[in-house]
Amino acid sequence: MNGYGGTILRVNLTEGRITRERTPDAVARDFLGGRGFGVHFLFQEVPKGADPLGPENTLIISSGPFAGMLIPGGGKCDFTCKSPLTGGYASASLGGLFTAEIKYAGLDSIILEGSSPRPVLLFIDGDKAELRDASSLWGKGTITVERALKEEFGEEFQIASIGPGGENLVSFASINHDWGRQAGRGGVGAVMGAKRLKAIAIHGTRSVPVADVEAYRAAGLALFKACKDAPGLKPWQSYGTTIVTSWCDEVGALPTRNFRAGSFEGAAGLYGPVMREKIVITDKGCFSCPSPCGKYSRMRRFGTYVEGPEYETIGLIGSNLGISDIEVVAQANLLCDELGIDTISTGNAIGWAIECFERGILTLADTDGLELRFGDSQVVFTLIEKIARREGLGRLLAEGVKRASAKVGQGSDRFAIHVKGMEQSAYATHSATAMLLSYMTCDVGAHHNRAWAITYDLQVGRDRVVPEKVARVIWLQNFRPMFDVLGACRLQWVELDIDRELYVPALEAITGVPRTWKDLETVGERIWNLTRLFWARENDGFGREWDLPPPRFYEDPPATGPTAGQITSLDDVQRLLDMYYEQRGWTPDGLPTPQTLSRLGLTEVA
Amino acid sequence: MRLYANNDKCSGCRACLVACSLNLFRETNPKKAALRILAHFPEPGTFEVKVCTQCGDCAEACPTGAIKLNDRGVHYVEAAECNLCEACVPVCPEGVMFVRTALADTAWKCDLCGDCVSACGTDALWVAEERTAAA
Repeated sequence: MNGYGGTILRVNLTEGRITRERTPDAVARDFLGGRGFGVHFLFQEVPKGADPLGPENTLIISSGPFAGMLIPGGGKCDFTCKSPLTGGYASASLGGLFTAEIKYAGLDSIILEGSSPRPVLLFIDGDKAELRDASSLWGKGTITVERALKEEFGEEFQIASIGPGGENLVSFASINHDWGRQAGRGGVGAVMGAKRLKAIAIHGTRSVPVADVEAYRAAGLALFKACKDAPGLKPWQSYGTTIVTSWCDEVGALPTRNFRAGSFEGAAGLYGPVMREKIVITDKGCFSCPSPCGKYSRMRRFGTYVEGPEYETIGLIGSNLGISDIEVVAQANLLCDELGIDTISTGNAIGWAIECFERGILTLADTDGLELRFGDSQVVFTLIEKIARREGLGRLLAEGVKRASAKVGQGSDRFAIHVKGMEQSAYATHSATAMLLSYMTCDVGAHHNRAWAITYDLQVGRDRVVPEKVARVIWLQNFRPMFDVLGACRLQWVELDIDRELYVPALEAITGVPRTWKDLETVGERIWNLTRLFWARENDGFGREWDLPPPRFYEDPPATGPTAGQITSLDDVQRLLDMYYEQRGWTPDGLPTPQTLSRLGLTEVA
Repeated sequence: MRLYANNDKCSGCRACLVACSLNLFRETNPKKAALRILAHFPEPGTFEVKVCTQCGDCAEACPTGAIKLNDRGVHYVEAAECNLCEACVPVCPEGVMFVRTALADTAWKCDLCGDCVSACGTDALWVAEERTAAA
């Protein structure tokens, strides 16, 4: 099967049974790979109403036709499951070297079912796959585990593991790999923890079959040439995603003190060039990437090393918690990585808790005597540990801000910054209506990467509510996730601005199947609608209410910064949804119409 | 002419390894590449690139004369003449002479095709005359 490993590895952890099946041609045709494979298998195989932390949930790890190939950024791996954070669809993207190794092991997806009675390790070496006892690793941090397994199996093995956060079923636990890259969002690490799967070690030595090797080599090298010729390459290599920190601060998009504002008086200490000078020692790329976001850092004050921090972590652990010292942010990042919890949700949960404390909703009796204040590094370090270990206040925060605020009450839901239960990533959206809509309608909850529309807001007028903005969001939502489907990073297109048509001959040469971007966007739209059906299937009464943004963005204008006094009215929020549903071919309550499902070949599925 | 590498510029992405195997074997398989990336993590957090210097020690050690010099002055393996004896492997000072019988029925090494340089986004690799290497 050209461009594919050709095999699905199915691991039943309850019975300790591992089987192999051929990757179905029809699934490759209709869903291509990565996130497409994930949602297909999720919808088909997880029974309605499954407990996300029960044995009926599956964790589906998928590569794609660009992964492991001579394609810039061909290092993306998808982790799909029913989310313990949201109760809906979860899909987390992992960079690094893991997805390439899946292909070289002759695989496309690893489907993890059931739940092991004791801690285990999944060991895969080419055609050999087995579950091994992992009792001695249980309780250990992810970097510690990776080092131990690389020493045991060799450098060529790639490792993905969970930390105490995943073991303790923290709702936003992550899966870690390559010394600091994560499948971060939606609690995929908790699902792995519920299965008592501590780690996966994988190695393969197979060559990936392709349809036309000469055309593929030429197309691959042409993509690399385009990246290397791009004017944006050098600045991105220097700063990676931290390049946007100063920009967000200037335009009022930098989350500050639990999203109360969009710019931070201490932000200059967090800017990309400051970080580069103070702590970065090595640029560290994901597989086959010409423009490495990864900045490997050394924190002299703490005597530690970390990959990162990247922008999202700087926004949520830095400005959102009132922290202006990049070394503190980096150390908090390391704690989250080693303990295996998502920095984005963690920063939100801590920000919400501090605001609760300021308002007297949480007191010293709730915090084990810890005074919660913005700008206090000890508060951040302490709460990260408590969350990962579910101790004290950490038990509440480990549920995520939606459930935590429901439990605490007293109006604390008004400043719980999430959509559908997923905490918002690092763009303050008081006045950026396309980005706000992007968060409202994102298929996993308030995550930015499906439609990073905030630059478009600034281009066309940030508070305008017009059909073109809605159309832009929908196009981005259909198109951008296709990179995750194909197994490559989108940032060469987004940040280096290379011509997306260059990918088309590469895909055809690899798979032998001619495709246009129009075809691929239809696949993207099919996947988007299928995720929507999954949400509706799993949640009674799912609809428009679920797409509303955090009240802070329509009730609570910032007091300072470029967006001072600005919010998006609830009327405008509803108008955005009206236009969005109409353009998507959905009902006024936000569900795909039969005609839309028919057009996308989803009638049978629904 | 030979290949040079700057460890400080390498970001460990392995695009060079993919490009190498693709040119050398017409296959996508970094385990069949003729250069190596050593990752020293989590501490001290550095990459080390091992490349062929075209020193010729492998050719001297080869009992069958399978490692030959082409008209560009580059040592390459004539696969048909290689008997997989592995005499070339331990003598390579950079550890970039490869025999893995499960993967290929010949020894392999860098033939200076230059595709690794084309795929390297961070300019960590380049080809130059030996005497101008410092420039």
